[in-house]
Amino acid sequence: MAVATDATSITVHARKAGFFRDTFAVARRAVRAMLRDLETVIPALCVPVFMFAVTVGALQDFAENIPGLDYRAFQLPVAVLFAVTGVSRAITVVTDIQTGYFDRLVITPVNRVALLLGLMMADFVLIVALTIPVVIMGFIVGVSFETGPLGIVAFMLLAGLWGLVYNGFPYAIAFKTGNVAAVNLSFLLFFPFLFMTTLFIPQEQMTPWLSTIADYNPVTYILAAERSLITDGWDPAVILYGLLSTVGVGVLSLFLALAALRGRATRK
Amino acid sequence: MSQEKDAIVTRGLVREFGPVRAVDGIDLSVRRGEIYGFLGPNGAGKTTVIRMLITLLSPTAGSIEVAGYDPVTQPDQVRLRIGAALQEAALDDKQTGRELLTLQGRLYGLKEREIASRMGDLTDLIDIGDAMGRMIGTYSGGMKRRLDLAAALIHQPEILFLDEPTTGLDPISRNRIFVEVGQINTNLGVTIFLTTQYLEEADALAHRVGIIDRGRLAAQGTPLELKHSRGSDLIIINLEAPVSDQALEALQSLPNVDAVDAHDSELTVSSGNGAALVSAVALKLNEMGVGVRELTLRTPTLDDVFLQVTGSRLQREEAGQEED
Repeated sequence: MAVATDATSITVHARKAGFFRDTFAVARRAVRAMLRDLETVIPALCVPVFMFAVTVGALQDFAENIPGLDYRAFQLPVAVLFAVTGVSRAITVVTDIQTGYFDRLVITPVNRVALLLGLMMADFVLIVALTIPVVIMGFIVGVSFETGPLGIVAFMLLAGLWGLVYNGFPYAIAFKTGNVAAVNLSFLLFFPFLFMTTLFIPQEQMTPWLSTIADYNPVTYILAAERSLITDGWDPAVILYGLLSTVGVGVLSLFLALAALRGRATRK
Repeated sequence: MSQEKDAIVTRGLVREFGPVRAVDGIDLSVRRGEIYGFLGPNGAGKTTVIRMLITLLSPTAGSIEVAGYDPVTQPDQVRLRIGAALQEAALDDKQTGRELLTLQGRLYGLKEREIASRMGDLTDLIDIGDAMGRMIGTYSGGMKRRLDLAAALIHQPEILFLDEPTTGLDPISRNRIFVEVGQINTNLGVTIFLTTQYLEEADALAHRVGIIDRGRLAAQGTPLELKHSRGSDLIIINLEAPVSDQALEALQSLPNVDAVDAHDSELTVSSGNGAALVSAVALKLNEMGVGVRELTLRTPTLDDVFLQVTGSRLQREEAGQEED
């Protein structure tokens, strides 16, 4: 039998790779896995197209009785949020936990935060890529951007940022529970976010109680920022509110995800 | 780090899970460069001890030193110096073998050329040829175990932890891993902390053995020392019925009998000269009308030590169970 261990060509010294190298190493693995699992992305594309078609088909004539409302432009940000929300590698975290591979990772000197951020970096690449077909769908149905090409980029990045910060929730659930079913249910968290806001009609047309809830829903401001990029041109205040709302959700979701990761990586 | 220090030292190591005390005051000293076999029945606490040693679990009480560092307060120092292959090959089925080893090398801060060089060094160990470029999900159990071992060695650790590395493998794959583990120790001087359900592996490989039972270290020593503690010869008698007190007393009264142990329907007679005693034992049992199914004379094995210490034979334990 071959003897593997009788000589080594060089002596190596293990050392901490550093935060950025760790993050990129984890991200590379995640991107590679994503490219091999493209079939899992198909639902993320079908759902927004279906929602867009059904909502516009059902409500366009009725909604466009509201003066000045282009309902296709109004619905495009909803479609993009549906496309990017919950697209994460959280299920693979659960698989890693269940197979023991997560233990193999955490007994290396890898930076713990990099284990999360590497995955989220890969998610961001996919999320932004997913906004492209939605924007193309918008063009096909005649939506145009008042803010021009730069506005399109801003539209995609803002949606991507939302998708990214939302992912903190499924990752928190994955690290905390190590359970696939629980992670799959995390998409339900998005329902109150998206349905208790200006999903179908402008806020002024909503009943007072739902309008009040929408006031406190961060997605209201993200949708407003996205819509303003399409129909109003550059409105710094609306965009700033959208960004701040995204960051606010991000602070909460990342806090939960990092706390769950810390708990998983150092089992007290 | 002092070179004179033992590779692994624990003092009064305790781990509780709620009301359950899984590890109950273990004192261990594993010398640098030795293979230490850690044996115990399922649920004895072997995996819990390993998980504390490799920074995956904090102890409830007691102290640990691995490669001269405390896994609780200096986990990264420990992680840089250890490698581990845990129960079930912990791999990612959706990477190729090459990708997995490359990622592992990067996380240990190795440069790309160092990773390439180490992969070259480990090629014979992995010995899976073109399969290095194939998805790990397509590998056989033996290939996965060897890749797991290679992943644990990519950064040339000082101490290697192997938690039942051969469980569930066919005899040929088991033997290959078994031989490689010995060579890793002999040729590279890597300290190896090994748990196994196969006592013949521990007997042949380990310089010293510790037996853990119900969270406590029940016995420790070289395999030879432990086997000598059972006497030089053993007569093993399997009876047709559970052992009676009269039979036990009758055998104990025979000349040249050092000890008689009974476990269910098995009697073990220790003696300095088993060959001279075996006929006397058979006659005495026959005289008492005790039905004998089987009677064998042999030198003690680690399994006999295990039986004496834990009250059950490890070889009869159901293999492949998660213990903690």
